[in-house]
Amino acid sequence: MRKIRFILIKEFKQIFRNRAMLPLIIIMPIVQILVLSYAVDYEIKNLNLYVVDFDNSRLSRELQSKFTSSDYFRLSGFGQDLNEAEFALSSRESDLVLVIPSNFERQLIAEGTGDLQILIDAVDGSKAGLAAGYGGSIIRDYTGQITKEYALRYGANIGNQVRTVETLPQFRFNPLMDYKSYMVPGILVILVTMLGAFLSSMNIVREKELGTIEQINVTPIRKYEFILGKTIPFWIIGIFVFSLGLIEAKVAFNIPIAGSLWVLYSFTGVYLFLVLGFGLFISTITETQQQAMFISWFFLVIFILMGGLFTPIENMPPWAQTITLFNPIRYFIEVTRAVMLKGSGFGDLINNFMIISGYAVFTISLAVLRYRKTTG
Amino acid sequence: MIEVKNISKSYAGISAIKDITFTVEKGKLFGFIGPDGAGKTTLIRILTTLLLPDKGEARVGDLDVVDDFKKLRKSIGYMPGRFSLYEDLSVKENLSLFAAIFGTTIEKNYHLIEDIYKQIEPFRNRRAGALSGGMKQKLALSCAMIHAPEVIFLDEPTTGVDPVSRKEFWQMLRKLKDAGITILVSTPYMDEAALCDEVALIQDGDVLQIDSPQDIIESYGNMLFSIPGHVGFELIDRLRKADGVQNAYLFGEEIRMVFKETIEQDSVQHIVQSVGVPGELIRPVTPTVEDCFIQLMQKQE
Repeated sequence: MRKIRFILIKEFKQIFRNRAMLPLIIIMPIVQILVLSYAVDYEIKNLNLYVVDFDNSRLSRELQSKFTSSDYFRLSGFGQDLNEAEFALSSRESDLVLVIPSNFERQLIAEGTGDLQILIDAVDGSKAGLAAGYGGSIIRDYTGQITKEYALRYGANIGNQVRTVETLPQFRFNPLMDYKSYMVPGILVILVTMLGAFLSSMNIVREKELGTIEQINVTPIRKYEFILGKTIPFWIIGIFVFSLGLIEAKVAFNIPIAGSLWVLYSFTGVYLFLVLGFGLFISTITETQQQAMFISWFFLVIFILMGGLFTPIENMPPWAQTITLFNPIRYFIEVTRAVMLKGSGFGDLINNFMIISGYAVFTISLAVLRYRKTTG
Repeated sequence: MIEVKNISKSYAGISAIKDITFTVEKGKLFGFIGPDGAGKTTLIRILTTLLLPDKGEARVGDLDVVDDFKKLRKSIGYMPGRFSLYEDLSVKENLSLFAAIFGTTIEKNYHLIEDIYKQIEPFRNRRAGALSGGMKQKLALSCAMIHAPEVIFLDEPTTGVDPVSRKEFWQMLRKLKDAGITILVSTPYMDEAALCDEVALIQDGDVLQIDSPQDIIESYGNMLFSIPGHVGFELIDRLRKADGVQNAYLFGEEIRMVFKETIEQDSVQHIVQSVGVPGELIRPVTPTVEDCFIQLMQKQE
């Protein structure tokens, strides 16, 4: 025990004497949570709209104002020339063009139907999809509204022809559809993963580079004592950084924490062992910090991109979904989202707990087995 | 105390040490002398259980370096060639750490390291990385000694150290030896050989000779002359090819000539002058370990 205590003291002293370390531990959570949660926002507002109105009637003007009074669209141009509209689109001044034909109002009233055209810049596919969706729903709302209006004014004959079904979605667990509530639990996972994996993967290999491992290896220190000495300090730092991120999420963004902190922390504790085991394993198989850095980057990028934070796993092709089954980040992101947003308890997440624990045992064993005090 | 039998080791097919056998008696200061790349570090790393030999056996005390490595690590001290303590920890912190790892305390074994450690004790709160080369060495030696080992292994402890610190360091080793500790030290400096009880001269993984420095010098067997001053490599080459000359080489600020058979000084002068080298200052000299090493290398070729 005395041995482990001294090794822990040694590691802590070294960590805090490293000038880069403290700023990293404090600043990384702040920057990641603050910047990433604001930057990664799938909601698109202020799309630039160009209107070509050949009709110039009351209804066409009303339709325009429906578009421009929403948060999603901003009028960037207006005219009666299709070529100018095309130019606005191709020069990226406008994101979409609404074309209202000359007999729009008359046809709508007389025949109950109307034609509209929307041209969308689809260079950015997801933006184009959202623009089409928003535009479509504004037009639907508006036609529904005028149908009712005319039915009231002219009796039931028009109302009989058109029946509309309205859908009113209710967003459970994130009622305001706030992207930050969705992103922050995932970013917390990325935060502890990156910090834990990098700190630990650089650690043993740093002792190799400096040659200090030579002096340690010739001592009777046991493998498990050495690995524990390397794990516990980073585990404590990991818990600290996670807490910092959690406090920030609560204070700065008022992200709900619907579930129990106890569940959240038990998962974090086990997950950190998984990450540290992974980092230490890389540290034992590499000879320089550069190699360790590249290898951990390689895995982390794949794990993060396929972890379900940026692209929902359900949207991935089946083969990619299969790959994510081997991705530990995926399981922990599921946990933080479920606990923080849905308030899931331990019982709901027992599966994830088994998988994360299994991985943790696996990576730590790999690191202990692979660490050799003798070469050759 | 140390018994090495037919030890061989190669890296990726290139042999680093070949079939080395020697013994070191308890309480001796044994020197491993040879140029860079001779295999000194490989042998020390095998004896300190850090490297597995390909062939052969080695025992330190009663313990086999391969089978009993766990026990052995408790009873040996090792000072690697490169400074291997934590530069971001202070002098005192390094020493306490190693004491703790070996399950002891500084207080308990202070008497063993007192002579060495008290010289750096005024700087005990300074980071090891900020120490001078000589002080780093003293700290490294203190850390290698803190658990009262019976044998210590030092890999080129004086490489890159100034002459004064080198001398001091050897005095410390003599003191440790007088305290009954067996010491195996490697060095590329031939002049340090004379400070050992016994030396092994090694070259390219082979032991050329093992003996006390006095015996090595006595077994030289050739006449050796010295011409002060440097004359240029072309003339040395001509000296080497002259009649009766076995070898001629630059040795610091002088030229050394080895003759195959006993020869009078007059004849030597005659030979030297015949190749165009002024020979008035020529004089016979007793060989040093370095001369012996050069002779052994030549025989080997």
